[in-house]
Amino acid sequence: MTAPDADAAPGGLRDNAADAGPRALGSGFMVTCQVLLGAVLLLVWQGASGRLVDNFFISNPLDVGTRLFGWISDGSLFVHIWATVHATVVGFIIGSVAGVILGVWLGVSPFASRLLNPYLSALNALPKVALAPLFVLWFGLGIESKIALAAVLVLFLVFLNTYAGVREVDRDLIDGARLMKATRAQVITKVIIPSAMSWMFAGLKISVPYALIGAVLGEMIAANRGLGYLVQFSGSQFDSAGVFAVLIVIALLAVALNLLVEIVQHRMQQWRIVGR
Amino acid sequence: MIDLHHVSKTFRKQDETVDAVRDISLTIAQKEIVAVIGPSGCGKSTLLNMIAGLYAPSSGSIIYKGARVSDVNTDVGYMTQKDNLLPWRTVRDNIAFPLELAGAAKGERVLRADQVIAHVGLDGFAHRYPHELSGGMRKRVCLARMLIYGAETALLDEPFAALDAQLKLAMHDLLLKLAAETGQTVVLVTHDLMEAVTLADRVLVCTRRPATLALEQRIELKRPRDVLNVRFTNEFKEHYDALWERLRVEYHEERL
Repeated sequence: MTAPDADAAPGGLRDNAADAGPRALGSGFMVTCQVLLGAVLLLVWQGASGRLVDNFFISNPLDVGTRLFGWISDGSLFVHIWATVHATVVGFIIGSVAGVILGVWLGVSPFASRLLNPYLSALNALPKVALAPLFVLWFGLGIESKIALAAVLVLFLVFLNTYAGVREVDRDLIDGARLMKATRAQVITKVIIPSAMSWMFAGLKISVPYALIGAVLGEMIAANRGLGYLVQFSGSQFDSAGVFAVLIVIALLAVALNLLVEIVQHRMQQWRIVGR
Repeated sequence: MIDLHHVSKTFRKQDETVDAVRDISLTIAQKEIVAVIGPSGCGKSTLLNMIAGLYAPSSGSIIYKGARVSDVNTDVGYMTQKDNLLPWRTVRDNIAFPLELAGAAKGERVLRADQVIAHVGLDGFAHRYPHELSGGMRKRVCLARMLIYGAETALLDEPFAALDAQLKLAMHDLLLKLAAETGQTVVLVTHDLMEAVTLADRVLVCTRRPATLALEQRIELKRPRDVLNVRFTNEFKEHYDALWERLRVEYHEERL
């Protein structure tokens, strides 16, 4: 089992290099080196397969490419990608809205936060993935159970960040607003939430990959579509080329999501500096 | 207008109790400018917080315009050494914040904010953010914000402590001008005796913690005062020396 793991790396590394190259490194030389490294690793993979390691375990780049091409040409890949993206995005939205609401509520209500503290700590300590069977029972085999798993993973991250942000709000700003006749609702919407905004964004940002994890995991446990289902299905068919092909797609999807978050964050920061 | 009857305040931190203010009785008239001076950390700020209704006194009572202060006192404006401006709002939006809270329409907010901005000498800075301003400008924004919502009493807690000498003078001038125009009552906490005598009608000297009133002195200097030159008059010197004599005892005891 170590062989596939060790050779799964080239695919991942190459994706990262392609992603980080133009942005972070900028220099054409480094990009060239990164592409070369990727090519060498692919060649080594292709060469090792069947000679050093059984093709059954590590497949080879050509087979992986063929598998990917087959799924693209019959369109099935896009159905699976869409299912995963759908669950990820909806789960992310539900989880972050719930997380922000919970975080603000507990942040401004000392009574509620002390009351719920032991329960939330226990829930937070629980590996959320273990809830998956429960969600399948509650929400069935469809996309709802994947959304629920993604949402729960996101919820706690966003909640903890929002809560910390709300607790960090400068007490003097709140007192100042109260002296200016601000109602409790105004204090929350005009002082506390804007003040905690950077914390909330930090929580949202780190939780995006977790939404994807939740969706893929949910699909691996019980589904009939989605990238998680596809990787699980390929594995159960002893189709290592299929497994690698899906892994590459998932990695690309994760990179695309991270890029999207960075773009949104950049926009948001501009908006925060330029306008109100 | 503001009456303090035997006000004391004790803070409890775990097993430790700290007496911040002990048995202060005091009456402040409308439109009066009162400076409270004393060693750092003697409980002067606690006094202001109680007048603002942010802290409840441990014993005694505070009467503001005939009513006992039991909740946040929304008739007062509060200004501290820290600016307490909202960092994500521009100068204009910070100044218009009290109007926004009161539900004024956007057009009116902009109009009135711009008037006040011009009045405190912040023309051209309406679209700047607090972090882009100098310390003195941020103080102007605070004064403008207090002005716009018509706080009848200004509670100032060492507002100009972080400014250099020239800026301080400019702010003193602005403060006296605004107070005279609006007829604001001002309670100023400071540890700068020069500032206290320059601005106030009456100076109260506090002892070391727990703060009690050690001395009360009327400052009989004519108004309007020229903040730059008033300090070179003989009357100023007399007031200053008399107060310093008493204050020195407090500082001296503190050193020991």
